[in-house]
Amino acid sequence: MSFFLDSFTVAAVSAGAFFFLAGSVGLLRFPDALSRLHALTKADNLGLGLVMLGLLPRADGLLAALKLVFVWLLVLLASAMVSQMVARVARRGGSPS
Amino acid sequence: MGYFLLAAAGFLLVMMALGMVRIVRGPEDADRMMSAQLLGTGGVAVLLLIGAAEVVPAAVDVALTLALLAAFASVAFVKSATHPLSDSDKEPDGA
Repeated sequence: MSFFLDSFTVAAVSAGAFFFLAGSVGLLRFPDALSRLHALTKADNLGLGLVMLGLLPRADGLLAALKLVFVWLLVLLASAMVSQMVARVARRGGSPS
Repeated sequence: MGYFLLAAAGFLLVMMALGMVRIVRGPEDADRMMSAQLLGTGGVAVLLLIGAAEVVPAAVDVALTLALLAAFASVAFVKSATHPLSDSDKEPDGA
């Protein structure tokens, strides 16, 4: 049982790390600001979700696991809101002066 | 298992450092802010991994705080971009 849980953790955390890699490469390689934002926001939040999913079996107790889920939900909510606002600024081409 | 989680945290740190190249290259301030957003998301993941590897439950609290502060930083950036301080700080007589 523990072997299966451990291999689940390894698989999920590795997949999450891959999505972080994809997000970073996209942030570096994509041509304009909006597509960079698209790469960053989606890939990184999926990566964080997979890392969190992989760590769930290692949490001691239901409450600790629930807390991990809430960290992810907070990051999702914040980045969904922030990416809309940053996209509006990037589209206007405005820079804070 | 702990070593694997620490290695994954190190890999994520390298990815965050790679993303910070965008801070140097720009070209817009929005691009730089995206890199800071990556720093927030990646930092939360690194904290969760380290907390699980070293069995430090308090790291989850730090991750929550970092997520909140990263969101506030981005909101502050957008506020300063859409309502520049220089407008509201102008002297009433236009000087």
